[in-house]
Amino acid sequence: MKKRDKLKISNLHAGTIDGKNILQGVNLEVGMGEIHAVMGPNGSGKSTLAQVLMGHPGYKITKGKISLNNKDLTKLAPNERAKEGLFLGFQYPVEVAGVNYAGFLRMAVNERTTNGNKISPIAFRKDLGEKAKKLAFIDDISIRSVNEGFSGGEKKKSEILQLSILKPKFAVLDEPDSGLDVDALRYIAKAIAKLDTSLGLILITHYQRILNYIKPNYVHILVSGKIAKTGDVKLAKSIEKNGYEKYIKN
Amino acid sequence: MQTLTQETAKKAKDYKFGFHKKDKSVFKTPKGLSRSVVEAISHYKNEPEWMRDFRLSALMTFEQKQMPTWGADLSTISFDELYYYINPSDKKFHKWDEVPKEIKETYDKIGIPEAEKKFLAGVGAQYDSEMIYHNLKNQWEKQGVIFLGMDDGLKKHPDLVRQYFGTVIPSADNKFAALNSAVWSGGSFIYVPKGVNVTIPLQAYFRINAANMGQFERTLIIADEGSSVHYVEGCTAPIYSTDSLHAAVVEIVVKKGARVRYTTIQNWSNNVYNLVTKRMLVDEDGIGEWIDGNLGSKITMKYPSCILNGKGAKGEVLSLAFAGKGQHLDSGGKMIHLAPYTTGTITSKSVSMGTGRSSYRGMVKIVNGARGSKSFVRCDALILDELSRSDTYPVNIINEHDVTMGHEASVSKVGEDQLFYLMSRGLDETQATSLIVNGFIEPIVKELPLEYAVELNRLINLSMEGSVG
Repeated sequence: MKKRDKLKISNLHAGTIDGKNILQGVNLEVGMGEIHAVMGPNGSGKSTLAQVLMGHPGYKITKGKISLNNKDLTKLAPNERAKEGLFLGFQYPVEVAGVNYAGFLRMAVNERTTNGNKISPIAFRKDLGEKAKKLAFIDDISIRSVNEGFSGGEKKKSEILQLSILKPKFAVLDEPDSGLDVDALRYIAKAIAKLDTSLGLILITHYQRILNYIKPNYVHILVSGKIAKTGDVKLAKSIEKNGYEKYIKN
Repeated sequence: MQTLTQETAKKAKDYKFGFHKKDKSVFKTPKGLSRSVVEAISHYKNEPEWMRDFRLSALMTFEQKQMPTWGADLSTISFDELYYYINPSDKKFHKWDEVPKEIKETYDKIGIPEAEKKFLAGVGAQYDSEMIYHNLKNQWEKQGVIFLGMDDGLKKHPDLVRQYFGTVIPSADNKFAALNSAVWSGGSFIYVPKGVNVTIPLQAYFRINAANMGQFERTLIIADEGSSVHYVEGCTAPIYSTDSLHAAVVEIVVKKGARVRYTTIQNWSNNVYNLVTKRMLVDEDGIGEWIDGNLGSKITMKYPSCILNGKGAKGEVLSLAFAGKGQHLDSGGKMIHLAPYTTGTITSKSVSMGTGRSSYRGMVKIVNGARGSKSFVRCDALILDELSRSDTYPVNIINEHDVTMGHEASVSKVGEDQLFYLMSRGLDETQATSLIVNGFIEPIVKELPLEYAVELNRLINLSMEGSVG
């Protein structure tokens, strides 16, 4: 059964609620354990795709469908999508003042348990502490507020930390590499590479650099809200060299 | 009448602390306010003549003063429909064992845990308008600390009371201070002698428990030179069939080098008019702090004040307002700098939801000669929906050049992006909103005693349920 688990995006059309069309028929199928890199020029709809997949209320799906293991997610609220096993790593993680990081994350873990067994605070702290250490968090993250006062690098790492704690089936990472220095990029990329091998991943990125650490099974080029080309790592390399121009003209 | 009953029943159901005990009051003045009612109260309490005269003079002031023309709508208060004095028991209790079972049950329903009862060295519990139970820890008595009901304080320490009563807030201060001065009953009287530090907070629980009952408690705290004390007051009230008025006066004298913190969690049921005057007079190098949390009531008008009267005095007001359906909470603070090198801070956080309205109203005044003084005001408002409202009414009067004055204000809605972020992790909208709201007020909540912080958090989560989505 597990083999058949799939995140399926079919003919997805979506835009802002004030009527600007952005996605113009995206098709994508992600199986368990697969890594799909989505690349594309500025304004091609990469971030919109990420937000729409998770159900941001600022966007409206006008046509098409998102399903996870044959369950239709298209009309579900973000938390319901999360419970089905979807995760979004934000490009710009949101600060929530005064909300304790560990408390919030434990609440999220408990919300996602299906058998009603809540994780004990002690077990949770241990898990969080160990995983934070692996990501080289210097300060004790458990006593900080959600993303508040985090450096750019910490914000990015925090997304991966949440991903590793929440253990979704499928994750969309929206430019986890943007704005990072070389060392931070390496930590993040290695952490992503070490995630559960069964995780299905959509990795949205501008640059080929992160693909030195994470080997995608597929590389998709998103242009004007549509996937213009699908290939393998070689496609990413060619983009690095020649740019997107060729696909934009199409 | 049918609809009124249904409405009342509905209210009772809506309000989770909406229980009240059978009325066992012994002495009750007739409905309405008059010279004879005031005289009856004073006579019944066997007060000295000066207090009776103080009350009667305050009554005249009350009758002469106009209702405030600003702030919340008070036009529906009908003073003639209220009872101004009810005494629940002729007997005073000094030991917990002697407190009537019915009253203990009431406390159990509020949820005062056994451990906390022990922790509280002195509990002043006001049932209706009388202090009926008072137990003061022995060590404080040895230190000379006085913690009594105001009525007892007047009986046992008439000279001390007379010296300070009405000096920080004269009865002519405002209409409701005058009303309180005329009919006051209950409240606390605290005196902390020179150099004595009261390390465990003194606490009192107030409840209103008779239909149409107005509550007019009067608290006077005197912290003598170099002493310190923290007073905590919290209340939850049962539901009524008609509107109820709560007009308290709290006067605090902070002498040279002394420190007083006064913490309030106000959670009156949503038919109560809560019109309270609170003021501290802070002497040289003294510190006065108000932590004022307002969750309940139909209308609240309350602006805790610090008069910084001596060189180097410090004042702080932390104000929290949580205005839900049908509520108008008009609160804030006042900082009056009368001496050089005084510092004042007012921090206000308000949350408005479900047609609730919160207003920040504050004043900073720095007089000529209060050189080197600093004052800072920060007010943040959070609005949860389109139906709710928040306003800011700051007044700054600065008559001295050599001062520092800062004012920051922000109004925000619960951000779509914050909600989306938290929900994307699996929290539903109610949980996410509760977290955001609790996070917003966290800077004030962290100043509260733990049990209050926990209760506040629980109350806010409860009020979010069913109001979102």
